[in-house]
Order: sequence, then structure tokens, then C-alpha cells
Amino acid sequence: MSPVLAGILQLLALVVALGLAYRPLGDHMARVYTSSRHLRAERWIYRAIGADPDSEMRWPAYLRGVLAFSAAGVLFLYLLQRLQGSLPGSLGFVSIDPDQAFNTAASFVSNTNWQSYAGEQAMGHLVQTGGLAVQNFVSAAVGMAVAVAFVRGFARSRTGELGNFWTDLVRGVTRVLLPLSVAGALVLVACGTIQNFSGVHEVGRFLGGTQQWNGGAVASQEVIKNLGTNGGGYFNANSAHPFENPNPVSNLFQIFLILLVPVALTRTFGRMVGSVRQGYAILATTGVIWLVLTALMLTTEFAGRGPAFELAGGAMEGKETRFGIAGSSLFAVATTLTSTGAVNSFHSSFTGFGGGIAMLGMQLGEIAPGGVGSGLYGMLIMAVVAVFLAGLMVGRTPEYLGRKIGSREITHAACYLLVTPALVLGLTAASVSLDGPAGATTNTGAHGFSEILYAYTSAAHNNGSAFAGLHADTPWFNTTLGIAMLLGRFLPMVFVLALAGSLARQVPVPATAGTLRTEKPLFSGLLAGTVAIVAGLTYFPALALGPLAEGLAA
Amino acid sequence: MSTTTPTPTPVSPPVPGPAADAAPATPGRGSGTRRLLAALPDAVRKLDPRVMVRTPVMFVVLVGSVFTTVLALREPGDPFGWAITVWLWLTTLFANLAEAVAEGRGKAQADTLRRARTGTVARRLTPVGTEEKVPGTDLRVGDRVVCEAGDVIPGDGDVVEGVASVDESAVTGESAPVIRESGGDRSAVTGGTRVLSDRIVVTITARPGETFIDRMIRLVEGADRQKTPNEIALTILLASLTLVFLLAVVTLKPFAMYAGADGRTSLVVLTALLVCLIPTTIGALLSAIGIAGMDRLVRRNVLARSGRAVEAAGDVSTLLLDKTGTITLGNRRAAAFLPVRGVTEAEVAEAAQLSSLADETPEGRSIVALAHGTYRVGERHPDELPHATWIAFSARTRMSGVDAGGRRIRKGAAGSVLAWVEEHGGTVPGDARELTDRIAAAGGTPLLVAVEDAGRARVLGVIHLKDVVKEGMRARFGELRRMGIRTVMITGDNPLTARAIAEEAGVDDYLAEATPEDKLALIRREQAGGKLVAMTGDGTNDAPALAQADVGVAMNTGTSAAKEAGNMVDLDSDPTKLIEIVEIGKQLLITRGALTTFSLANDVAKYFAVIPALFAAAYPSLDRLNVMRLASPESAILSAVIFNALIILALVPLALRGVRHRAAGADALLRRNLGLYGLGGLVAPFIGIKLIDLLLSLLPGIG
Repeated sequence: MSPVLAGILQLLALVVALGLAYRPLGDHMARVYTSSRHLRAERWIYRAIGADPDSEMRWPAYLRGVLAFSAAGVLFLYLLQRLQGSLPGSLGFVSIDPDQAFNTAASFVSNTNWQSYAGEQAMGHLVQTGGLAVQNFVSAAVGMAVAVAFVRGFARSRTGELGNFWTDLVRGVTRVLLPLSVAGALVLVACGTIQNFSGVHEVGRFLGGTQQWNGGAVASQEVIKNLGTNGGGYFNANSAHPFENPNPVSNLFQIFLILLVPVALTRTFGRMVGSVRQGYAILATTGVIWLVLTALMLTTEFAGRGPAFELAGGAMEGKETRFGIAGSSLFAVATTLTSTGAVNSFHSSFTGFGGGIAMLGMQLGEIAPGGVGSGLYGMLIMAVVAVFLAGLMVGRTPEYLGRKIGSREITHAACYLLVTPALVLGLTAASVSLDGPAGATTNTGAHGFSEILYAYTSAAHNNGSAFAGLHADTPWFNTTLGIAMLLGRFLPMVFVLALAGSLARQVPVPATAGTLRTEKPLFSGLLAGTVAIVAGLTYFPALALGPLAEGLAA
Repeated sequence: MSTTTPTPTPVSPPVPGPAADAAPATPGRGSGTRRLLAALPDAVRKLDPRVMVRTPVMFVVLVGSVFTTVLALREPGDPFGWAITVWLWLTTLFANLAEAVAEGRGKAQADTLRRARTGTVARRLTPVGTEEKVPGTDLRVGDRVVCEAGDVIPGDGDVVEGVASVDESAVTGESAPVIRESGGDRSAVTGGTRVLSDRIVVTITARPGETFIDRMIRLVEGADRQKTPNEIALTILLASLTLVFLLAVVTLKPFAMYAGADGRTSLVVLTALLVCLIPTTIGALLSAIGIAGMDRLVRRNVLARSGRAVEAAGDVSTLLLDKTGTITLGNRRAAAFLPVRGVTEAEVAEAAQLSSLADETPEGRSIVALAHGTYRVGERHPDELPHATWIAFSARTRMSGVDAGGRRIRKGAAGSVLAWVEEHGGTVPGDARELTDRIAAAGGTPLLVAVEDAGRARVLGVIHLKDVVKEGMRARFGELRRMGIRTVMITGDNPLTARAIAEEAGVDDYLAEATPEDKLALIRREQAGGKLVAMTGDGTNDAPALAQADVGVAMNTGTSAAKEAGNMVDLDSDPTKLIEIVEIGKQLLITRGALTTFSLANDVAKYFAVIPALFAAAYPSLDRLNVMRLASPESAILSAVIFNALIILALVPLALRGVRHRAAGADALLRRNLGLYGLGGLVAPFIGIKLIDLLLSLLPGIG
């Protein structure tokens, strides 16, 4: 079978699998977030944290919950790393430096999972499983909670109440992420991913030195790494490591896990606003963007030219032979279009355009389908902007799902859209202007620029994947990337929840023949166009100086 | 340049009203250029930064213009820097010009109105009943003034005494005089109008400076103009886009230094790039669109209190229309005479005609006409019967008739005639009730004809009065339905009649036997469901509903209470105009949306012009992005800037005229406008920039 055909078959298998899971999972999540029943275990948790699961919160209270919980998470993770050397389960690793500990704490709490450390050489069982893996669950659940609160803004009227953060957080873990993780981990173990608590093993000699491997609870962390669009690998090599991702089947399954929840959330959205067709419209936009970028990635990677490419059978540098070009390309697009950031190949080694597509995937705002929760609210914010332009063109003051988009609403949406470009462009500009950070790249010129641009794009969009080539474990990068991750995660949430608050207060406008139909293909296309033009206009100059200059030269 | 002159306003004398309306906005080129030149001083005056800061996008251009001027002064030998500077200033100026031209259209109308206002002398009544002469500006609310034939009414007020014909052409543009009388719904007079006959006493209801004409002047001049909610929202979106582009351009400098392309990215060039990218097209035309929208209303003789009301008109989803005068012709007409058993048609027709000779109401006249025309009853005149007693129709008795030759004939509302018959010893045959019921069920109004001869009164038959639905109304309502607007007919008729007319006219719903309270309740109910409601009204009892409606259009003939309560006044007092008002509201929003989309889509081509120009030297591969094959980096950047400036001028006519609006569903409108302004905006600058570049490349030193 030709590699291209294999790639297309993998793509088809993926679409079919997601299609099968879409309705049951989407409907299940809608029930989870609208049900009034509590499980017994959940009641224990509420009692333990002192929360009243049935009280309703207005947006400021909801936001306070999100921020307080996340701040506590950052502090806990920071201390756990700083004290690792004195705690049990460290595997003999010393405590982490302050700047790296801050970076890692910010990274895992913000669902970014940028890693400026090599897992197998720095983090013991306690930090990995007790700290990082826990954040993999809860940071994902926070994203889903905010998305659900936002959807309630559209679903409710004449109220400022958006639900209860603690209830949404706990249910996201207990009823969605945990059950799926258990099932997914079993599949991964069946594929050959390891799951143990064994220590460090010396396994023979290699290049004149001894080689050490360590075991760990890898499958359990691997499943939530993908399912929760986290991306922080147990090992430095992430999903390229055979212990994490042993074969093409596990690879395809990991891509499926990455896309599963964000895709199904569009169904949840449709269910909760009372029109599954509205969910389909968002799904269609998502699907089109994902398919177009995947097709472009496969094309540019398979079309590699020159003798080196010919010898390797294509652009194989930096890719695992067990996944091939197709398996690597599919993974790269999925991981950058969601906020996952797990990698099974080195994006730096992709063709010039290929690296650019990975970067563009993040710069689109990680909304197709995006991170768990964050993808949905990001896309809905874009829908608000698209509705504003399109709504005017049908001669009415714009409205989406019966909610008028006035100056208050558009202010929140505009602020949301400003956050990440400001972080990415501002910090990249600062870094290339300073001698130290600018010298931390492996390459110079366009590729060197891409290394820095990619790092801040990844951090501010909470992706977490690295381009490779950038020596990011410096106080400058650890600190600025950490700040980018925190602001890139929580500032947008402020605007999302504020917008939800003002939407939920409105009296819905009934739809008439004069209303813009947001469940029609025309609107899906318009939404995709808006996404493309907003990201394109913002990042075109930067992309031109990095991947475009490189890609066009090939 | 002549191809880009905006469409100017009519060349006819700038009198508000039908005169101005009659001249469509399609004059020749010469007058367009003249109008631009006339607006030039205003445009320069608007360069005041305190004014410009209200439009964030254009304020950035102004700052950019000043900045490049400083840079050019520091390096006076650089023609490229000067060229960019000049075009940036032109961009700013063109934006102001658009606004000034839009405002200029109202100025002339304001001048005419002002002439009507100045120098009136009022004849004030003192408490003891004598007259004193005071300047019109000294009048206070509650003062009573006397106006006789030839006097100009000194201020807004209500007639409290007398009847007069008044020439209101100064306000309405309509030369036919109107009747104003004390009491009822025709009592309001407007300051500045002239009494043609008789004498009236008017109580002043508005302070000087706040009269209707004063408000009109401020309105057409745009002095009271405030940004509407949607305009504010759009300004916020444009400002945030400007910030994004500011970020992209400011960070481009360090990026360029890293790439080794520092030389190309001078501050002049980066400023030029910024101005090209920020949404200047819509930023420049936004206020002109708003002013022109109000102006279009004024041209149709509608005065809107605020832009907010015009915007709301575009959103209206329920239209309340009074039946009489709006859906049907003002008056009902007789359609048939139906005899009861034992009476011939001719007898009924003859009696109906005789009894209606003294009925001067339009209904009465239509009965006489029907009898004479269709039923061939000989024409009769009151003076043929010298000894007859004529009983004229009155609203109290609801009957008219004649007593002559031993016969007493009566015709009138069913209830009144029945009571009369019974009073005069008669009985009512069953089929009379049957006939009246049948007519009512068909939406008609039954009138009974009865006679008393030989001491007994008896019913002869029934006259079928029918509402005549105005021509073309069915099609209009169909259009509204396609636009997603529900029409509700308001009538005082009984439900049966109302339903029949509603069906005939094609309205979606009706409110029968409507009282003012019912109307108000209906509006509240619709609004509670999130709908926006528009209505017209003229009576004092309409005032609460007018105030409650999102768009309340008061008729100019109406009472001052009604005019005060509504947020628009129709000078022509034509209730069907509500439909046009809705269309103007929609057109205003569509124009904004279309130009914003156009403006954003333009940026794609500008990137393709400027990015290779800046960076092809550092990364030769980027020259492949120069898809337009522009002659040189300088010509590429300059072409983009020039295109950006000229497109503002080119779109001024569209901004003033408004994007063409068709009665169609949202999908069709979106598809059309997205294709026209989205795709058009994508393609047009590629062609425009290339053409400008071709011209520039002929210049030495640039090409």
C-alpha cells in the first residue's frame, strides 16, 4: 500500500470513529452539565471543599472560582516541584529550579503543557502522577466548565446565572474525563503503552555510555494527555517515544483521543441551546478547517523535493519511521488545531510550509476543534464576530441564537481576540530584539525566527508543542513563556464569562425570515472565512518572515 | 478624479418635502465636483484632533500623517517620503470630506427652515383679555396668542378657540392648506406656519428654541447627532481591529531587524503600511452613512428624533397598522342594497338615496352614487322637495333621513335604526337580522333603511357598506413577510369584519374592537417576547402606545401629544410610510456591514503588495508573493496607499445613497452582499493597485 493511500485510509478511519462517538458523547455531556442529580462521590467532594453544588453563580462568582482554583493549582504544583528532592517518590531527582518550576506549574494549570524539562530526567513519580497528571484532568475540566458556562449564556435568558463552577468542574472529571480515561488507558495498554511504577533501569551501553530507561504510570497519563488536550508527555520525546506511543494503531488512537471531546462538545452546545443544527454548523466549520489544513499538510510533506527527501522517501527527517509521513502529519495538525501540543515528530523538521501550517493551526485560535472547552468558546467568540458583520449585511442589528450583539458584547469579543496576538507578537518582538533570547535558537534567519515565533504562539494559545531547536530552559523563556501561558489562558476566560453574563441577561429575539440563519452552510462558510481572515491579517507579516520565506525558497 | 465624484444632492431648491424628493440624486458630474469643493472648507475644519478622536480609525491616520510629515521634514530630499505624506493627509481629508458632503445636504434645508422661524411678532392675550405685541422669542409655555389671516404662528401650540386654514408648506413642503380647529385631533399648530383665513387662539406648548422647527433644524444639520448603539458597537470592533494592526506593524520592526531587512522598513513605510491595513474605508465613511440615512428619511418627509429610532426600524419584527387610511381607503363605500322579503330592490335604493341626501359623510355620498349609478334610480336633489325636513347625519344619532309627504325615511347604523323602528311601533323582520349578520360576516358594515308610513315603521332593507382595500397592499405585505416582518391590523371593527378585511388585505393578524389600552397591551406583549414593534398614530389616545412602541411614527396632522410621544413624525401624514421607514433602517445597517466587509477584504491585496516590497531583499523567495508584479518596492507601497485613499472617495456615493435593499429573506441578502462586497473587496484592490502601479511606474524615480 502506498504511503499516501495509507494516510487517506487513516484519515477516513478517524472521521468514521469520531462520527460514531459524536452523538452519544455529545448528548452524554449535555446531560452531565444539565442534570440536577449528584453522584454520592461527588457529594463527598462538595462537602470536602465546602461548596454548595446547587447554588447558581453570576459571572464574577464563576470567574472567581476559576481563578482561585487555578491559582491554588499553580501554587501547589510549584511547591511540589520545589520540594521534590525532600519528598518520597522522587526517583532520586533533585528539586526543580524556581523559574522552571514556575514555568511548569503555569504550563500544566493553563492546559498548555509546555515542557522545558525532560520528564524522564527531572520528574519523579510523585510530581508526574500526583501533580502533573492531576492537573491534566482538572485543567481540562476547567476549560470545559467555562465553555459550558458560556453556552448557558446562550441557553438561558433574563438571568445572570451561569451555573455552578464547582459542580461543572467536578462533573467534568467524574462523569466525562475519568470514565473515558479508564477505557482509553486500557486500549493504550493493549497497544503496548507501559503502565507501572518501576524505577530507573540501566539497559546496556550506547555510544560508550550507559543508557537509562525508567518506567512509570505512562498509559494513565498518556490517555488524559490526549483526551484533555494537555500534551505534556511522560518522556521528553512525548508521543514519539515508543513507551508512550508504540505503533501506528496507538498513534491513530491518540489522534482520536485528541479530537474526541472538542468535536463532541459541538453536539453538547447544540443540545444545550436547543438546536442540534446550530451545533452541526459549528462542527462543519471546524471540520472544514481541519480537513483543509490536514490536506495541505499531507500535500506539502509528501511533496518534499531534493535528493535528501528522495533518499529518505519523503520529508522523513524528525519523523518516526513507525508512523511515516501520514501518521506524523495527521498528528501534527490535530495537536496544533487543538490545544494539545503533544508531538510524535519534530515540527521543526517538517518542510517550511509544514511548520507554517502547524503554527497557523495554533494562530487560528485553536478552535478547529480546539482545546477541550476552550475550542468551543473560542469558536463561539468567532461566531459572534462573524454574526456581527453578517448580521449587518442582512439589515438587522446583529444577533446570534436570539441574543443581540451590541457594544457590550462586541467589546468582550474584541478584547478576547486581542489577548493572544498581543502576547505572541509582543513577546516574540521582545525576544528577537534581545541578544540573549535571540541567540537561543539553533538556526538563524527565517528558521531561527520560526523557532521563537512558534514558542510564543504555542505558549499564548496554550498548545504546548515545541518547534524544537529553541533552548527554552533559560530564566527569560521560562518566565515570559510562563506569563504568556497564564495570561493566554485566563484573560480570555474573563472576557468569555463576562460575555456569557451579558448574553444570559437578554430577552431572546424570536427568529423570523429576516433573521440571519446561523445553522446554514452559508454561515459555516462565512465563519470559516472570518477565522481565516482574522488570523491571516494578524499573523501574515510574521508568517512571511518565518515559514513562508522558508517554504517559498524550497 | 472625475470618475470618483460622489453623487451630489438634488440641484432643485433645497426645500424639504416633496419638492426635494421629486429630484432624484442623479445629477451631472460638474455639480458633484462643485459640491465636493463646497464641502472642502468644512473638511479642513474637521481636521481638529478633538473632533477626529471620536473616530479612532481616522484619528490613527491623522497621527500617522503628522508623524510622516515630521519625518519628511527631517529628510526633505526624499520624494517618496513626501509622496506618502501627501497621500496620508489626503486619506484623512477624504474621510472628512465624506462627512462634510453628507452634512452639507442638510444645511441648505436648515437655512430654509431658519427663515421661517426668525422675526415673528406674537399677539399675546393678557389675563384681562387685551392684546399685547411681544417678540416670538419671549413667549412662554401656557401663553395664549391670537393669530389671524396672514399672521405667522409664533410658536408650537394647540388651538383652543376657533377654526382656521393654515399653510404648513414651510414645514411639510405641501402647499395645500390644512384645517386646524380647537378640540379633537386636529388642534396642533406648528410655529412658523401661516394662518390663511379666520382667527384662532393658540396656547403655546413649547419654549422658544425647542419648537418643532428648532428641532428640525438641529436634526437636518446633524447638530444633535449622537452615535447610535450599533454605530458604537461597530466603532469598538473597528478600534480593536486597529489595535491588532498596530500590533502587527509595530512588531514588524524588530522582526525586520532580525531578518536583516531593517533598511527597507523605514518609519515612513511602516506608517504607510499601518494606514493601509486599518479599516480606513469604513472608518472614513461610517458617520457619513449615518447622516445620509437620516437625510433619506428627511427626504421622505419623515423626521426621526434620533438615529437610534432609525436603527430600531431595521429590526422591527411586528408592524401595527391602523386599518383605516393605511390598509383600506379612508372611507367605506356602499356596495349593494339588499331588500327584506316583500320589498323590491328599487324601493330600497330609492329610500336609501332619499335618506342619504342629507348625509354629507363620504359613506352617505357613496350611497347616493350607488343608487344613481348601479341601481339607476333617478337623480334627486333636496330642493325638489320644498316641504321636506332633512335630518343630517350626526355621530350621536348615527342616522340620517328625511320627513316628506307623510313618509319618514331613516337610514343608519343597524342598532340605531332598529331602535327607531321599534320606537315607532314597528317590528323587525327576521330576515333583516339575517342580512345584517351576513354582511358583517363578510367584513362589511350593514346599514338599515327603514320607513314610517301609515303610522307604522318597517324595515325596507339593508345597505352593504364595504371597506376598500388599497391597491397593492397585498403585495406590500407579502414583501414584508419575506423580510420577516409580521403585520397586525388594528381596527375598531368587530372581529368578523376585521377578519374578513385582514384576509382580503393579506395581513398576518388583526386586533379587532381595539381600544388604546388594547393597543398598548399588544405592544407590551410583543416586546416581552423580544420583538420590536413599529406603529403609527395621530390621536391623543395613541400617545401611550406611540411612546411604548420601539418605532412610533406620529402623523403631522395629529395632536401635539401624539407628536411628542412618538420618536418619528411623518410630515405627509401617510401611515403606509412605516414600510419605507423600515426599509431605510435596514438599508442603513446593510451599508455599514457591506463597507466593513469590503474594507477588511481589501487588506489581503495590500499585504500582497507591501510584504514582498519590504522583505524580498532579505528573503528573495518572498518575491513570489508579489503576485501583482508591481514595478518597485516604492511604487508598490505608494500604490497601496493611493488605492486606500481613492477608494474612500469612490465609495462616498454608495455611502450617501445606501446599498440597494431588496425585500428578501436574510439568506438571499447575505449571499448577495457577501458576494458583492466580500469577494468584490477581495478582488478589487488587486486590480486597482496594479493599475495605479502601472501609472506610477511611468514616473521617474519611482518605477
